[in-house]
Amino acid sequence: MKTKLTALAVTTALVAPAAMAQEMTIVSWGGAYSKSQLKAYHEPYTAKTGVSIINDDSSAEAVAKLRAMNEAGNVTWDVVDVVAADAMRLCDEGLAMEIDPDTMLAAAPDGTSAADDFGDLLVSECFIPQIVYSTTFGYRTDLVGDTPPTKICDVFDTAAYPGKRSLEKRPINNMEWALLCDGVAKEDVYDVLATPEGQDQALAKLDTIKDDVIWWSAGADTPQLLADGEVIMGSTYNGRLFSVIEEQKQPVAMLWDAQVFDLDGWIIPAGLSEERQKQALDYIMFATDTQRLADQAKYISYGPARKSSAPLVGKHADLGIDMAPHMPTDPNNAKNTFLYNYEFWADYRDDIDAKFQAWLAK
Amino acid sequence: MLAADGTPLKKSLARALRMQKMRALMLIAPLLIFVLISFIIPIGSMLFRSVENGIVAETLPLTVAELQNWDADSGELPDEPLYAAFVTDMVAAIEAKKHTRLGTRLNYEQTGMSSLFRKSGRKIKRMDPATDGPFKEQLIKVDKKWGEVETWAVIKAHSVKITNGYFLNAVDMQRTPDGAAPQPEDKRILIKLFQRTLIMSLIITASCIMLGYPVAWILANLPARTANVLMILVLLPFWTSLLVRTSAWKVMLQQQGVINEVLVWIGLVADDARLVMINNEFGTIVAMTHILLPFMILPMYSVMQTINPSYLRAAKSMGATNWTAFWRVYFPLSVPGIGAGSILVFILAIGYYITPEIVGGTKGVFISNRIAYHISSSLNWGLAAALGTILLAVVLILYWAYDKIVGIDNVKLG
Repeated sequence: MKTKLTALAVTTALVAPAAMAQEMTIVSWGGAYSKSQLKAYHEPYTAKTGVSIINDDSSAEAVAKLRAMNEAGNVTWDVVDVVAADAMRLCDEGLAMEIDPDTMLAAAPDGTSAADDFGDLLVSECFIPQIVYSTTFGYRTDLVGDTPPTKICDVFDTAAYPGKRSLEKRPINNMEWALLCDGVAKEDVYDVLATPEGQDQALAKLDTIKDDVIWWSAGADTPQLLADGEVIMGSTYNGRLFSVIEEQKQPVAMLWDAQVFDLDGWIIPAGLSEERQKQALDYIMFATDTQRLADQAKYISYGPARKSSAPLVGKHADLGIDMAPHMPTDPNNAKNTFLYNYEFWADYRDDIDAKFQAWLAK
Repeated sequence: MLAADGTPLKKSLARALRMQKMRALMLIAPLLIFVLISFIIPIGSMLFRSVENGIVAETLPLTVAELQNWDADSGELPDEPLYAAFVTDMVAAIEAKKHTRLGTRLNYEQTGMSSLFRKSGRKIKRMDPATDGPFKEQLIKVDKKWGEVETWAVIKAHSVKITNGYFLNAVDMQRTPDGAAPQPEDKRILIKLFQRTLIMSLIITASCIMLGYPVAWILANLPARTANVLMILVLLPFWTSLLVRTSAWKVMLQQQGVINEVLVWIGLVADDARLVMINNEFGTIVAMTHILLPFMILPMYSVMQTINPSYLRAAKSMGATNWTAFWRVYFPLSVPGIGAGSILVFILAIGYYITPEIVGGTKGVFISNRIAYHISSSLNWGLAAALGTILLAVVLILYWAYDKIVGIDNVKLG
């Protein structure tokens, strides 16, 4: 494959104007996610332009590495895939370049401007959204008795559903769920969580299940724990659960209630040479257009970030099943959803994380 | 006295020696440069980062100068000149896209600063410091936090270029305008983690000694042929990836894991009362002892090899029992090996990160896990550097104490 791409690159290099660099480094998460990007974006882009793409699976530590590269004055990455919260951090730190959606991103096929097509999902000046994913629960169908859980608060109900649960080892999402299940109305959650009393309330609710929780820190943990029967339910990213259920055929089902929407997308590092920046923008223009975003959903069950892409979502490339019902944004799954509040967590993350870790260590 | 060529002998000798020294220096130069670049400089820069705090004074120079005239304890808001200075500073900072960086920096100290600077920046951008004054009312309208004494007090408290703020944070305290104050009780975590790291590292070192000593003894006393085969078993874990070994412990120890399955099968443990052996201290100690054991066995083995077996025979021939001969003769001779192994294992253990992260759960994580969080997630590198510096200091103090108690020349690697 690689030689083929290089050969292609060489032949196109001879005919294409030699203005652009012939190689670029794109950073992403690795695994099934990078594979979906390879199929939906990289391969068509290389075929179109002859630019060969080097994958670097460093997204998990991208923020720290970009800062170190920036301090050293040698940024070696061209385009970086990060979650929206990290994009905001990078933008605040001046490590990512600002994007003008109207001139730098493609308009929808019907002429809607990119800014309108992405809408509210443009949460930071530097961020180009790619997918909507959600953090939600999966449960073992054979270990939860005759009445499977249907509500988020079943996670906190150890009497009806005895057994271990897995939750992420950080306050984000867990605190919101705890408050929701402690009687706080959805629209008030962040107001309550901004107060010390609200934070104590959330921790007190989590305290009721603390002994029954296994805390995870990698996205692959919960799927593994579910497959091993170590936990009866657990939170993770919806795409991971899709793969456990549909690809590995484990006795696991989704609990979509109160799923938390989050965004993943691209940033272009600040401080690239003009030529490389032009190259990166060219790639972004191509890879985030309506068709490309819809194509990615053929390989992984994350929702495209453009409104105009939704109708184009088709069947899974290998399994041949309809992908739309597996999207977190599907109306049946999105009856009760929660949107990650970026501004709130940018402010409160360090403060609440310290409290959360102190509580965990108790 | 003159040398053959007429120069004084002393001078000519010095020249010859100097040539020799130069040559020696040239020979070790590659190593010296390597150590300097890859070790001394990074540690120096880490030490510096833990106190460096130029960002406030550099981003808001006029404001910081004005703040000197303002008393945070008065309970009164600063006057118009400070607000005007602040707007001037901010307009320049927004131009250079530095105001959000400052917001992130101050957010480590006071929650809400990050969005305060980000949101206010969008509005202050449109102000002209020369003509749009007075600014006090305007700024308070932009965000009511600019009308709170605490906001300015925080900026003032952290406006110094060299700060002890990160070190205070690292020991669960905070820098305030009135000096150091303890963190609120529900945010104190780091001291606890330091203690846990030290205690668990000691336990891990002790279990390595207990498991490693007999192994090293057998290896040292077997015929070389058999010993070499067994040695491969000791070294085998070295050739396996750290992550694989740690994950293997997960498979062994979890509740549906190998050990629990066997115990349930033979009826020692009831099916609904499976042992919890992972995601806690126990899991961390077991996995780390296993991973660090070779570092204990190897120095012990090489020291024991040098102990002459005839000493033991001599002791016994003079009437010592097996135990007395071992305890009074063999053991003291093997202490340098234990010392070397313990230092290696202990120092490796207190800096360990990935194993506690995977098998430690909530009760088995170390201070290094917090350092990693501050490096890669919160980007609070100043605090991470302060924590790292404290860890380094602890190691040096323990090393010094060890030297005083046992004596460092009593440590041998063979």
